[in-house]
Amino acid sequence: MATVAVDQRRRLFARPRATTGPASWFSTVDHKKIGILYGVTAFVFLLIGGAEALAIRTQLATPNNTVLSANTYNQFFTMHGLTMIFLVVMPLGAAFMNYFGPLMIGARDVAFPRLNAFSYWVFVLGGIFIYSSFFLGGAPDGGWFGYAPLNETLPGPGMTFYSLGLQILGIASLAGAVNLIITIINMRAPGMTLMRMPVFIWMTLVTQFLLLFAMPIIAVALFQLMFDRVWQANFFNPANGGDPLLWQHLFWLFGHPEVYIMILPAMGIVSEILPTFARKPIFGYAAVVFSGIAIGFMGWGVWAHHMFAAGLGPVANSAFALSTMFIAVPTGVKIFNWIGTLWGGSLHFRTPMLFALGFIAQFIIGGLSGVLHSIVPSDYQQTDTYFIVAHFHYVLFGGSIFALFGAFYYWWPKVFGRLLSEGLGKLHFWLMFIGFNLAFFPMHIVGLKGMPRRIYTYPSGMGWDFLNFIETIGAFTIAVSVLVFIVNVIRTRKHGEEPGDDPWDARTLEWATSSPPAAHNFDEIPIVTSRDDLWHKKYVEDPEGQPVPVIAGGADAQVEEEGHGHIHLPSPSYFPFVASLGLPVIGWGVVYNKPGVMILGGIVILLGVFGWALEPSVEEV
Amino acid sequence: MSISHRGKRWLYALVGLLALGLTACSGDEPQNVLAPVGKYALKEDRLWDLTFMFAAVIFVIVEGVLVFTLVKFRHRPGREAAQFHGNTKLEIILTLIPATILAGIAIPTVKTIFDVAEKPANALEVTVVGHQFWWEFRYTGLGPDGTDVVTANELHIPTGQEVYLTLEGKADDVNHSFWVPRLAGTQDVVPGRENHLLMRADTPDTYWGQCKEYCGLSHANMRQRVIAETPADFQTWLAEQQKPGVKPTGGVAAAGQKAFLANACVGCHTIGGTEAAAEVGPNLTHLASRKVFAGALLELNKENLIKWVSDAPSVKPGSRMPSGVKDLGLSPQDVQDIVTYLLTLK
Repeated sequence: MATVAVDQRRRLFARPRATTGPASWFSTVDHKKIGILYGVTAFVFLLIGGAEALAIRTQLATPNNTVLSANTYNQFFTMHGLTMIFLVVMPLGAAFMNYFGPLMIGARDVAFPRLNAFSYWVFVLGGIFIYSSFFLGGAPDGGWFGYAPLNETLPGPGMTFYSLGLQILGIASLAGAVNLIITIINMRAPGMTLMRMPVFIWMTLVTQFLLLFAMPIIAVALFQLMFDRVWQANFFNPANGGDPLLWQHLFWLFGHPEVYIMILPAMGIVSEILPTFARKPIFGYAAVVFSGIAIGFMGWGVWAHHMFAAGLGPVANSAFALSTMFIAVPTGVKIFNWIGTLWGGSLHFRTPMLFALGFIAQFIIGGLSGVLHSIVPSDYQQTDTYFIVAHFHYVLFGGSIFALFGAFYYWWPKVFGRLLSEGLGKLHFWLMFIGFNLAFFPMHIVGLKGMPRRIYTYPSGMGWDFLNFIETIGAFTIAVSVLVFIVNVIRTRKHGEEPGDDPWDARTLEWATSSPPAAHNFDEIPIVTSRDDLWHKKYVEDPEGQPVPVIAGGADAQVEEEGHGHIHLPSPSYFPFVASLGLPVIGWGVVYNKPGVMILGGIVILLGVFGWALEPSVEEV
Repeated sequence: MSISHRGKRWLYALVGLLALGLTACSGDEPQNVLAPVGKYALKEDRLWDLTFMFAAVIFVIVEGVLVFTLVKFRHRPGREAAQFHGNTKLEIILTLIPATILAGIAIPTVKTIFDVAEKPANALEVTVVGHQFWWEFRYTGLGPDGTDVVTANELHIPTGQEVYLTLEGKADDVNHSFWVPRLAGTQDVVPGRENHLLMRADTPDTYWGQCKEYCGLSHANMRQRVIAETPADFQTWLAEQQKPGVKPTGGVAAAGQKAFLANACVGCHTIGGTEAAAEVGPNLTHLASRKVFAGALLELNKENLIKWVSDAPSVKPGSRMPSGVKDLGLSPQDVQDIVTYLLTLK
């Protein structure tokens, strides 16, 4: 990388230099710090979205309850969905992809470090923008799926915030997708061929391609909705010739790949954790990778299974039923391969492993109920009932969230140099496992007993009372388990064991560097010679094929002190943050239809982008 | 039906977790999907039985293998993990097994999709219109002089006959979904479009349902009943519905009619035989012949009607019907009179 001498031109800001202290978090372009920012922010949103869930469950604990009004309930279930999808599961995935993507491929940073910071700031400001609606006249209340034409007729600014907020978050996802795709394709360490990449990196790559193609589709729909709501256009307004089904098609053409955007990173995480704690390589690496890619492709051909009852006709319904059944095959392949990975292993049930196993056990249920939905005539009954709520929580909570908590426990010692307490971790797991199943398994049954989704109240005498009460108990058990996790984190800051660089005797490159890693990740870029490179540097095979530790320091590459001085990292910058500040300003301008405010936001973005373009990416201190 | 019910119970017990929740009988579960009636719901249910059985068996096998693996290969001192990378033959077999099962299930699925969409000859045709937050039912051409018989929230059908519903989405309303679980699965009501749904009941009963597509503030309060009667009873009901509204005879009812026609009520409702002919709200010509009103939310009686006419939005949030007292300026006396009148509209 070329370096540029500090120039003497006058600037809007002095180039930030600090790499520690509060201000440094606003200017950092280090993928690891950005990963931590993503993780912390998403966790805060998890607590908010969780609080909304508890309010919902409290309201539904008993029939004819009046804890929440219809209006508040509708805002809460909408915001719960939006929060968990866009502000929790997606950014938690982004947190781990950001932090460990470069480390696992042996790179020093992502391809575009400032764009990476921009993605993060746009995400957090998009989240704040949507949540500002609570104080500015009411939050979105049309459901996360925001069906037309209800999304246009709902009073209050809520659904306008929805249309703008999701557009802002989409910009964050798009910028992040471009960045990670280029990082993975271009910045792998020497010898890290595609088929030597860790499965998590493969799943990240597939996920980012899905984002790259899915976000523009929802952007189109949201843009049209914005015009309909703010400037009286008629894209979705049937009274003036618009088409409400257009929204459904656009939304689900994004919305179904979105499901895989949320589950594939989790599958990648599980594919890292299982081999480490089974102490053997993943079973059928190629099958796991290609089934992930297959899911990525086939995910585009199943969207109308969300619309079986919308009246597309028997031919379209049959086609989408078949494609939906078909996509179950690569998903099943993954389950078999995970069990194959466990088979013959020496299984260590540490906390990350427990969460990964919880993922598999629960994902099987979510997968099977998913196949049941593909049976169109049965789906006519199941759609929009609690059976569906059970299904997607088994996939996205029992699946994604469990895997993400597994990732917290697995990678915590790498990020912070300290091990989360194993005892509290196991308590967390078992409480969450029990709470989760208590909260969501009865929803299958209550759905089959005819309870629709998105109802703020229900009468007694429907056979739903007891099950709903159990579900609420389960929800609060989950809340307790999250509290245990928080206690664990706080306790670990001071008292956590410092286990060294490779506490799990793991297999991939992130464990080959220090914990926490230095700003430049690796003193020397590793030369990769095999899949699970670190493992093969630590162990050789004896004649029976069993691993034998390499004698004396095989894992430690010789550190060339000489080389260290020549590592040039991108310099911190305020401009990604400045540029992102303009987006919510434009958003508020559109919500209130104030051209002046929109222009102001545009100017801020312009200034930020100019400053960004004119400053060199690397400056010597 | 009792056998399939027992079979289902057994499968749930197999699934194990929380079978407790199923012990309650379907008697007081008016929207139980697993207590289907009539050929359309039964077709869907048979398919469910088949696929659920496969799912339950696969569930037990896969989770069983998982648990077995965890126990058998748990770490014990001195045991090393076997280092193998895969087994192509096994992979192919394990890919083909679910693919074959799915292909097998696909055949009856596609067949049933077409079956339940086929319009039979001699079906009773009724148009269903979704409103925020109530249902309108139109029996096209069955009224006097080829007009429609129009009612709300209670759909009367004859037993033993297919009913072909045309679900009409009003362009100025939003999505709804018409669902009476024991009789048939759901179909959406999409503004500006027409969908169709078939149902048939073989035994007289009242079947419950509710709107299934989120439609706004009172989505939870948008419910409906299907009243299946013997063909003779249905004809009697139809004959009653064809008559114009009862003319008030007593003093209070007459005062009520006067108040109704003099106030904003007349701007939204129809009462046959009077000048009230607007079609914004439910047709009230035979209101008192119904058991429930306000989107099947309330039982039809004097107390509920007074509550409703006085202040509908406090009963049903987001109701399009304004508050009689606060918004329309009705006096308590007006409300009493109007309700008395409405209760005469048999």
